[in-house]
Amino acid sequence: MHIVVCIKQVPDSAQIRVHPVTNTIMRQGVPTIINPYDLYALEEALRLRDQHGGEVTVLTMGPPNAEDTLRKALTFGADRAVLLTDRFFAGSDTLATSFALSSAIAKVAQVYGAPDIVFTGKQTIDGDTAQVGPGIAKRLKLLQLTYVSRIADLDLAGRTISVERRSEGGVQQLRTTLPALITMLEGTNDMRRGTMKDALRAARAEVVIWSAKDAGIEDLTKCGLRGSPTVVKRVFAPGPRAEKAEMIEITPAARDTADSLLDAIFSRQPKLEADIAAAQAAL
Amino acid sequence: MTEAPKPAAPAAAGSRASMKKELPEHFKAYKHVWVYVEVERGQVHPVSFELLGEGRKLANKLGVDLAAVVIGPPDEGTRTAVAETFCYGADLAYLVEDPLLTHYRNEPYTRALTDVVNTYKPEILLLGATTLGRDLAGSVATTLLTGLTADCTELDVDADASLAATRPTFGGSLLCTIYTLNFRPQMATVRPRVMAMPERVEKPVGRVITHKLDMVEDDIVTKILSFIPDRDAGKANLAYADIVVAGGLGLGGAENFQLVKGLARVLGAEYGCSRPVVQKGWQPYERQIGQTGKTIRPKLYIAAGISGAIQHRVGVEGADLIVAINTDKNAPIFDFAHVGLVTDAVRFLPALTDAFIRRLSPHNRDRLAG
Ligand SMILES: Cc1cc2nc3c(=O)[nH]c(=O)nc-3n(C[C@H](O)[C@H](O)[C@H](O)COP(=O)(O)OP(=O)(O)OC[C@H]3O[C@@H](n4cnc5c(N)ncnc54)[C@H](O)[C@@H]3O)c2cc1C
Repeated sequence: MHIVVCIKQVPDSAQIRVHPVTNTIMRQGVPTIINPYDLYALEEALRLRDQHGGEVTVLTMGPPNAEDTLRKALTFGADRAVLLTDRFFAGSDTLATSFALSSAIAKVAQVYGAPDIVFTGKQTIDGDTAQVGPGIAKRLKLLQLTYVSRIADLDLAGRTISVERRSEGGVQQLRTTLPALITMLEGTNDMRRGTMKDALRAARAEVVIWSAKDAGIEDLTKCGLRGSPTVVKRVFAPGPRAEKAEMIEITPAARDTADSLLDAIFSRQPKLEADIAAAQAAL
Repeated sequence: MTEAPKPAAPAAAGSRASMKKELPEHFKAYKHVWVYVEVERGQVHPVSFELLGEGRKLANKLGVDLAAVVIGPPDEGTRTAVAETFCYGADLAYLVEDPLLTHYRNEPYTRALTDVVNTYKPEILLLGATTLGRDLAGSVATTLLTGLTADCTELDVDADASLAATRPTFGGSLLCTIYTLNFRPQMATVRPRVMAMPERVEKPVGRVITHKLDMVEDDIVTKILSFIPDRDAGKANLAYADIVVAGGLGLGGAENFQLVKGLARVLGAEYGCSRPVVQKGWQPYERQIGQTGKTIRPKLYIAAGISGAIQHRVGVEGADLIVAINTDKNAPIFDFAHVGLVTDAVRFLPALTDAFIRRLSPHNRDRLAG
């Protein structure tokens, strides 16, 4: 069995700061991590491999230093890492990203064997769109299983897979055929600690580095900024509300302060008083 | 949909925007604003009505029609859904009805929606950013090879009639406005509760255009084995609560969350929290409010010990009245709160709870304070 897991290098957003004057992102020195949602996909892929045999290839599109991210994935136990990197990919939106990644997966299939399953995380923490997985599925004509919380059964001989999928108001149990694309829901498994053996292997392993051309992409107009139908027109920080907050004076007795707050609330929202009284009566 | 722009993006954004708009000839026929109306098990997801409200405004600005697209099985639920869309502002509805569409599945729904789009050509297509909407939107946009802006917080049309879709970027620390200049339809998703629920006005069913699903069951590979409804469905109805009380890291410890819950109880409110509170394990994820949690639009929102980071802000800005309690007078939450108190929430919350009881049901004091 061959599984491809698409992962993304993202800035550790807890540490991103916005420049107070220019409102630009200060990314310098911000450490990067594997998109946390992708770890659930990677762990699920590794488990399937451990049960059924085969190989896990991790794939990322990103800047040259995204190699670190791939190496990290190797320490967890992935068998092979492919980095798709090219200045032509800069500025890709989800459509262009899914084009680049699906082209690379097609190339991976040629070189290392067709994948039975492609995994992605549910979404990324920086783009946050949840649209790249479905985009890849559509382009590669893979059956699409999003928000999967559990893989119930994988029948490699029969070429079927059964999963539980989070849907509105419940869980769908679905069965489909391979090859399929799965976006894994968060909190569904715990990432393993890599073994010493994997750490040593990862340190020595060669990360396969592909340019657009290496990945077999001929039509560069489908890549990056040019291949992106969406255009970012303006980036801005939200300003304060026009009207300043009314500050309630803090009196020594919390009781009096609380009473002033209630006055402020009910003078602004007179109907609330009756609503709350009704709610209390119902308690 | 655009990923977080690359580092230089804020500066480069201007140059991208000045990229010339040249809508190819064959896209010029694309007209009208559409909302995909999500129906599951006979129920319309409220986000669809919220989008009809928003779509109405866009359609009025553009001087075009607002159409609802309903996809489902031939049954009462689907027909009611169609009728309801008119009460929420639709001028007409497109209907794809087929037993194959009884439950949501990606393949037939993608086919149905793409076919209707290709046949009737809308300029704008809005979907809810629910698990269903996100599953469907990504497939449809890729099939149509058009742009999709996910999780928008604001929609508008600009002077040259393009859709201006604003959403958080860079992990939510900034907002960006995104255009789909040279492709149609312009697609966007919006999370539940981000837009206001429009008023329902009783209206007769208007023009309904039916479209056949061009598929048979054998064409559909994915089969549904079963559906297990959530046991606690409707339990924590944070997103739709009228009053929400929430606590942040400033509460200092899991045990102090009792104060938030106590106040919520007295107000008949739901309670919620900021993301770090979930990360620390003080509260489960269902209680998280903000960009990666629930979006709320209560009449009253009381935030205690929450700094007001933008990721939190985008989830609460729709509240009619925001009250912030924070020890730091410079906390960003005071930039968007209506009423503020610079004080220790742990000390103040019990006094506030008591004040509500005294004011509203003094006789029930013992029972309520319990
Ligand atoms: C991709 C991404 C997504 C995110 N999504 C969300 C989201 O959905 N929701 C969300 O909330 N956050 C989200 N965040 C996190 C967000 O950036 C902030 O870190 C978070 O909202 C801060 O939580 P907080 O206000 O509880 O904590 P802090 O920022 O630590 O603020 C605590 C506040 O409490 C005040 N305080 C301290 N002691 C007291 C006291 N005794 N009484 C009163 N006040 C006191 C302090 O002055 C401070 O303002 C996200 C971040 C990223 C990067």
